[in-house]
Amino acid sequence: MDEKKECLCQPIETLVFACSGGSNVGQIANQAAVELTKERQGKLFCLAGIGGHVSGIVEATKAAKRLVAIDGCPVKCAKKTLEQSGFNPDVLVVVTDLGIEKIAGPTFKAEDCKTVVNKVKEKLGA
Amino acid sequence: MVKIEVFGTGCAKCKSLLKNVEKAVQESGVKAEIVKIDSIQEIMNRGVMMTPGLYIDGDAKAVGRVPSTEEIKKMLKK
Repeated sequence: MDEKKECLCQPIETLVFACSGGSNVGQIANQAAVELTKERQGKLFCLAGIGGHVSGIVEATKAAKRLVAIDGCPVKCAKKTLEQSGFNPDVLVVVTDLGIEKIAGPTFKAEDCKTVVNKVKEKLGA
Repeated sequence: MVKIEVFGTGCAKCKSLLKNVEKAVQESGVKAEIVKIDSIQEIMNRGVMMTPGLYIDGDAKAVGRVPSTEEIKKMLKK
């Protein structure tokens, strides 16, 4: 790999933070953020770094134009974590608000993830 | 002695940040060691997910943007 050809300087438009919790909806939120990144609708970013007040992650988040939070359930941990560091998400999607029931365990259906991806894209105007 | 780290792989923004840092150090008279980190693996390992990145004494001051010379001078005063 030629390191000189790689660059992380692309303009930052949208950062996506997902709750990634221990239930199906937490994992749906995380996978939706991954899919949005693959579709170049935003960039999956590090919610744990925000919660841990990691200065590099916090400073990078300040440089973003739009912040998306995807929460699994009404507890809204992703939104709250961002808020505690002074960030207000421009777009918030809660997986359970889309009619997806929260159950124990990480297994989920791909179609439920697609529903979340589509809702975020709709809110982003994509 | 202040340790200033500039993270970037060598694109125009990264070069611009390094130039601003050098100017800020010169104009402020602060004794500083400027370290340029251009290995993308090292950049990622340090948790810098976007470049350019400016760290002063191990603390991120700007990531994903190029602060001006004046802004860097203020960072050095703190």
